[in-house]
Amino acid sequence: MLSPVPDADGAPFWEYAARGELRVQRCADCGEPRFPPRPCCPHCQSFASAWRAVSGRGRVWSYVVPHPPLLPGYAELAPYNVVVVELEEAPRIRLVGNVVAHAGAPPDSVDPARLRIGAPVRAVFSGGLPQWVPA
Amino acid sequence: MTASGLKDAVAIVGIGQTAFARQLAEDEKTLACRAVLAALDDAGIAPGEVDALASYTMEETDEVELAKAVGFGDLTFFSRVGYGGGGSCATVAHLAAAIATGQATVGVAWRSRKRGSGPRPWTDTSARLPTPAQWTRPFGLLRPVDEIAMLARRYMHEYGVTRDHLFNVALACRNRANQNPAAVMYDRPLTREMYMTSRWISEPLCLYDNCLETDGALACVVVGRERARDCAEKPVYVHAAAQGLPAQHHGMVNYWNDDPLTGPAWTAARHLWKHADFTPREVDVAQIYDAFTALIPLSLEGYGFCGRGEGGAFTEQGGLEIGGRLPLNTGGGGLSEAYVHGFNLVNEGVKQLRGTSTAQVPGAETCLVTAGEGVPTSALLLRS
Repeated sequence: MLSPVPDADGAPFWEYAARGELRVQRCADCGEPRFPPRPCCPHCQSFASAWRAVSGRGRVWSYVVPHPPLLPGYAELAPYNVVVVELEEAPRIRLVGNVVAHAGAPPDSVDPARLRIGAPVRAVFSGGLPQWVPA
Repeated sequence: MTASGLKDAVAIVGIGQTAFARQLAEDEKTLACRAVLAALDDAGIAPGEVDALASYTMEETDEVELAKAVGFGDLTFFSRVGYGGGGSCATVAHLAAAIATGQATVGVAWRSRKRGSGPRPWTDTSARLPTPAQWTRPFGLLRPVDEIAMLARRYMHEYGVTRDHLFNVALACRNRANQNPAAVMYDRPLTREMYMTSRWISEPLCLYDNCLETDGALACVVVGRERARDCAEKPVYVHAAAQGLPAQHHGMVNYWNDDPLTGPAWTAARHLWKHADFTPREVDVAQIYDAFTALIPLSLEGYGFCGRGEGGAFTEQGGLEIGGRLPLNTGGGGLSEAYVHGFNLVNEGVKQLRGTSTAQVPGAETCLVTAGEGVPTSALLLRS
């Protein structure tokens, strides 16, 4: 399975995730959240940023169910789900992830037929990665 | 140049291609040479007259190798365009800008690719840039089809677009391929039952929503308007050209802006229509980038052929077939002729305006050609 290869901008996200915290980069001057993280604010051009904790509540914005051919590790799990979740506090912040039955469960642990756009989910953490469980 | 800019300042006067197949014996460099020489022969221009080149950043045959093999003269302009298939039309656009501003006189654009027998780029786990792959690939969103399927599901949800609409796209391309002996799928008709019962690749997209994996090469020759009149074939003028990278765009994983279901097509379209003497209603035939069927309804909206959310309905009642509202991908496109990063769409546009397509739209005088949508893109309006 592939692990995140963080860049300098993304590293804080993964450091917080390893501690079980979901945090999003915000401009320290104008307050606009932004994702993916980047060096400066596209709204006010400030280079000052802060990482603010979010509730971890969100809704499924879209989802796919990949089938082979896939990379080793993923092919054995297929069909599994991949979702985009929009965060409750900031609907324009959308995170890619997997809906799982419980923290630490694999991405094929929920029947894809049960997934719906708009379904409420909440973040849990396993192995330094955020996951999503039905809320 | 005058205020008219690029408008009709240059023309495509030669096109060339190799055979298309899942697997060709010759290497990419040899295929590139064959396509380029075929295009120059078609134009009636000697290789020694070529002084400008343009291709994709993903093209493996570089300018030095190509020039010394086929015998180009002194080159004074050469450029590469990034973002995979998003660069197809921009290769012609860059040559047009170079020739119109006097940087060169005879330009060649080309693409040679063994995507059929070569590796699938998404299987490379080492060379991926960390951004945005760090946000997507660990969760199993691995392939371009997964990334586009995510947008397709949302699009279908918001606007009531159905799998039948996507089938209409696949069928139109396959029907045109069935008329084109050079198409990989020439002798392979497609039925609704085949589509609806085919295997999933990334739900909601099935096998027939995906383009082919093809070995092949294509090229075209671009010269100024004056020179074009002396060439062997009827000139096809570049009426307008545009690249498109919208504000806050994120490539194929365009999940992080206010309106992810609008993409680079909208940006390219605004520039094209601002500079054109005609409107979308006056486009006779279109070659729209079709790595995946779902890109077609989105592009139909982006280029102004219908309103937001109407791209699915536009495909109904044979809308994309010959005689329909907008005949589409008349050589078969990436879905059914060949997937060579969209260069076959450029050459098919030229064939239509010469009147030599295997699925000729009667009296076609205007053609839109587009490059990869969902990545920074480019587009051409061609006219005879």
